[in-house]
Amino acid sequence: MIPGSFSYHRPASVADAVKLLSDLGEDARPLAGGHSLVPMMKLRLATPAHLVDLHGIAALKGISRDGNNLVIGAMTTQHELLASDEVAKAMPIMHEAALLIADPQVRYRGTIGGNVANGDPGNDMPALMMTLGATYRLEGASGARDVPAADFYQGAYFTALEPGEILTSVSVPVPATGHGYAYEKLKRKVGDYATAAAAVVLTLAGGKVATCSIGLTNVHETPLLAADAAKVVIGTSLDAATLKKAAVAAEAIMAPAADARGPVEYRKHVGGIMVTRALQRAAAVAK
Amino acid sequence: MAKTHVTMKVNGAEVEGLVEPRTLLVHFIRENLQMTGTHIGCETTHCGACTVDIDGMSVKSCTMFAVQAEGSDITTIEGMANADGTLSALQEGFRMMHGLQCGFCTPGMIVRAHRLLKENPSPSEPEIRMGISGNICRCTGYQNIVKAIQYAAAKINGVEFREAAE
Ligand SMILES: Cc1cc2nc3c(=O)[nH]c(=O)nc-3n(C[C@H](O)[C@H](O)[C@H](O)COP(=O)(O)OP(=O)(O)OC[C@H]3O[C@@H](n4cnc5c(N)ncnc54)[C@H](O)[C@@H]3O)c2cc1C
Ligand code: FES
Ligand code: FES
Repeated sequence: MIPGSFSYHRPASVADAVKLLSDLGEDARPLAGGHSLVPMMKLRLATPAHLVDLHGIAALKGISRDGNNLVIGAMTTQHELLASDEVAKAMPIMHEAALLIADPQVRYRGTIGGNVANGDPGNDMPALMMTLGATYRLEGASGARDVPAADFYQGAYFTALEPGEILTSVSVPVPATGHGYAYEKLKRKVGDYATAAAAVVLTLAGGKVATCSIGLTNVHETPLLAADAAKVVIGTSLDAATLKKAAVAAEAIMAPAADARGPVEYRKHVGGIMVTRALQRAAAVAK
Repeated sequence: MAKTHVTMKVNGAEVEGLVEPRTLLVHFIRENLQMTGTHIGCETTHCGACTVDIDGMSVKSCTMFAVQAEGSDITTIEGMANADGTLSALQEGFRMMHGLQCGFCTPGMIVRAHRLLKENPSPSEPEIRMGISGNICRCTGYQNIVKAIQYAAAKINGVEFREAAE
């Protein structure tokens, strides 16, 4: 399996990449880790005429602290996220989720920018970014804009990115100290995309849930925030009846595709179970 | 499509070639460089048979273009032996522990395990299994592959290798 022909470009700055992408028009695509795009090209499901490789752009790399936010350059790989003490300390849920993505070889190449910009409902980072309240910085010919992750996903492989725009970084607010967290992902084998997954970040006060955010992966054509399910658990101590109500509320917004991972009813059912497990584990972690 | 001139270091030697942008690194290695130890097993980025070591990373060379490897430092299975030509600890481990049946997955396994042991010289059994989770073996149950890597780790660390009781 060999991809169709294309021209290869390797700009050295964001400005050059943006200029190339706008000049070359719709047939040009950014190339990050290539671990979603190249397999699609080998299957000829994607046939870009131009690839604009972002690897030569130093400004897109690295993790830094900006006030209460962790700012992660788009070309930071999943392997680098896993190696980062800053990530492990400030938002351990990101470490946990990154470890559940694919396998070591894929994680050496796959980038956070590619994972969130791809628009594949199977990608794990998007729902997590929504759960954490992250913002994406998009840079195009007419300047930069910041788009909340929660507003970015519009359909399968359809995002707020305009032609010619590059996602340059992801800014993630550091959750409160002592917060509880869990990313529960059901998959068929190591390295697989989620049959269904749920991210939970919560805080407790006096044994009761004070704040809670729940994100869902691969149970709809876009990642989801399960806002109603989160509302259900606020003020409770996550008793069995509440957990059940939360799972039902989360399942109500799920609309997964039936595929090799199972029929719709099954994927919704296990989606609810992922929500329950993530809530329980997050509460156990919270201090 | 116009060809591009690429140069890189492979197993310590500077190499060059003319490739189309769409030429996958694995094809460049196998066809241009005639190093056929790096295998193609799936082409869907799942099996790991095509794994090579690039600038300190294990990479599935079927999912990267040769043009992207411009200027990089690559080690393939052909570069895994000791400088004096004797078998490296990992190669010896696969031989001694019989970590293979047909051997098709073995180059990818050894190249991946090489990086795993560089990053974690004393991995636990679960760490080994997670570490090679991007490499599929269609013949064995991985048991002897894990033992082979444990053998190599022991040898590298200068401790005696003891097989866990069955
Ligand atoms: C075997 C296998 C298993 C996998 N399993 C999982 C899994 O379990 N969970 C998971 O989340 N992912 C999984 N992946 C996908 C992997 O994480 C990809 O690396 C990731 O989805 C895309 O990141 P990338 O850097 O490789 O992007 P690329 O493949 O280079 O790009 C993907 C898309 O995003 C666009 N793009 C990339 N970067 C930018 C940017 N900065 N700005 C604008 N557009 C951009 C590209 O043009 C392209 O359309 C798997 C991949 C493989 C091969
Ligand atoms: S041939 Fe590259 S992963 Fe299978
Ligand atoms: S030994 Fe045959 S595939 Fe692994």
